[in-house]
Amino acid sequence: MFDHITIQLLMGQLLIGLINGSFYAMLALGLAIIFGLMHVVNFAHGALYMLGAFVALILLNSFGVPYWGALMIAPIVVGAFGIVMERLILKPIQELDHLYSLLATFAAVLIIEGLMRLQFGASGLPYRSPLPGGVNLGFMFLPWYRAWVLVFSLIVCVAVWYLIEKTKLGAYLRAANERSEIVESFGINVPLMKSLTYGLGVALAALGGVLAAPIYQVSPSMGSNLMIVIFAVVVIGGMGSIIGAILTGYLIGIVEGLTKVFYPEGSHLAIFVIMILALILRPQGLFSAAEKSR
Amino acid sequence: MTRYVLFAALGIAALAAPFQVYPILLMTILCFVVFAASFNLLLGFAGLLCFGHAMFFGTAAYIAGWLLKNTAITIELAFLAATLAMAVLGYLVGLISARRGGIQFAMITFAIAQFIYFLLLRAPFTGGEDGMQGIPRSALFGVINVSSSFTLYYLILAITVLAIAAVYRIVHSPFGEVLRAIRDNEARVDSLGFNPVQFKILAITLSAGLAGLAGAMKATVFQIATLHDVSWHVSGTIIFMTLLGGLGTLAGPVVGAALVVVLHDYLAHFGEWALIIQGSVFLAVILFMRQGIVGAAKALYRRVVVRS
Repeated sequence: MFDHITIQLLMGQLLIGLINGSFYAMLALGLAIIFGLMHVVNFAHGALYMLGAFVALILLNSFGVPYWGALMIAPIVVGAFGIVMERLILKPIQELDHLYSLLATFAAVLIIEGLMRLQFGASGLPYRSPLPGGVNLGFMFLPWYRAWVLVFSLIVCVAVWYLIEKTKLGAYLRAANERSEIVESFGINVPLMKSLTYGLGVALAALGGVLAAPIYQVSPSMGSNLMIVIFAVVVIGGMGSIIGAILTGYLIGIVEGLTKVFYPEGSHLAIFVIMILALILRPQGLFSAAEKSR
Repeated sequence: MTRYVLFAALGIAALAAPFQVYPILLMTILCFVVFAASFNLLLGFAGLLCFGHAMFFGTAAYIAGWLLKNTAITIELAFLAATLAMAVLGYLVGLISARRGGIQFAMITFAIAQFIYFLLLRAPFTGGEDGMQGIPRSALFGVINVSSSFTLYYLILAITVLAIAAVYRIVHSPFGEVLRAIRDNEARVDSLGFNPVQFKILAITLSAGLAGLAGAMKATVFQIATLHDVSWHVSGTIIFMTLLGGLGTLAGPVVGAALVVVLHDYLAHFGEWALIIQGSVFLAVILFMRQGIVGAAKALYRRVVVRS
């Protein structure tokens, strides 16, 4: 029954899966940072990813700033927007049940998506690839841009993991969110650390958005479609586990690519089947054993 | 005393309403009242945020719709079948998710709801993006004709009253007491010898069944079942309704559902603004009025009474 499967198809889908996985990993990483450190489930993550793509588009069309500039500017702009959001809607309710922060970010999605649709319409807008052309790998044609996304996102994931787990700033961020009174008594500005945490996670989402702009079309709903998969990734990987988020992101991308080869109809369902299996067999998350248990 | 006067006035208003107001709008409100009441049972009384409650609502609409279209089943049996089917689905969801508290429960139910959404998108009988159309309003008990919106309204009203009464009974039963205790202090309930997970699973089962009843009713009101009813937008709307009305109060879902349905109806001409306004009101409720309208009214009433 698998007669149609050729090595070209298999390798091609594997590569596409890895590229999708890069986006899953980057977004799940940001979500895991925000959840692991602040205990906020940032439902607006997809919307902020979408904002990143739109900022890149606006920079190009209205200011003539090319892709490489947008790659730097968009995360800063959207990250700053995220910090404002954190101060306005998350800080006032940080002492309450975490359900309220989930709902507050959900409400923010309605507003952000609604405003963007009002301004730009619901249909997708194209963003010209900054790296046209590609290379023939023998089994498939690999566009340069996709190769760039693959390499760059991997570097970003490793760098952020290093920042959080191995540097002094990362230690401050983790400590400020875990034992805020003690850290405050050392003279560290805890509210600033929380804002920075959220800003960092949001900037990652925006960076993902800029990377996605030339591959997928830029549209107001691009974020919520992706968000659904990212939620499943975070549940599978173990909530708040940084390394778990990265690995599960790539894993899910690959599995999705492979199901497209073997059982195309089920490629979207595969993620959720894995999630349900993971919940039954390893309810604490696939990679959470490596993390310190809370 | 005032309470009985209030109930009597509300009852007369509900009976007289379809003479004045478009019955479809009234029935939409009633369907969402039942749906919001089922959601409130979970979040307001058991402290469980089901972030994918639309899966029960929308799936039930398909089940009731399919039964009414393809079999000679009567309308009340279609409602019953959809309710029971969703109770079973709720039980399964509970088995997977009830061990996880708080935020994890929300994310898991969200993801399961998306799973159901994709299943229904692929399923051959749902009509995919077009939805299932032309669902008949079969006769009640096989004899009473409810095909006009005017008569159907009274059936929906009667079922809604029964459903609210059922929620009242559940909440004021020993089982309801245990649920509230779990919400407030799960560890203590566990130490008293109750198994919180089993109580939660039962709560999810009951709530899912009620949400299914609401969805089945909506399928006969609009005579169509669509994927939108299973989407996370509807899951979000039901949270908004319940929160706006007042969590953990019996009147809250009624007030919230009525307000939001009327708001949607009114804002339908404003396109994207509808979403933006809904999001802004939602945010304002979360930030400034978490007790909801009914909760705020109760607090105000208490303050006035205590002062005078």
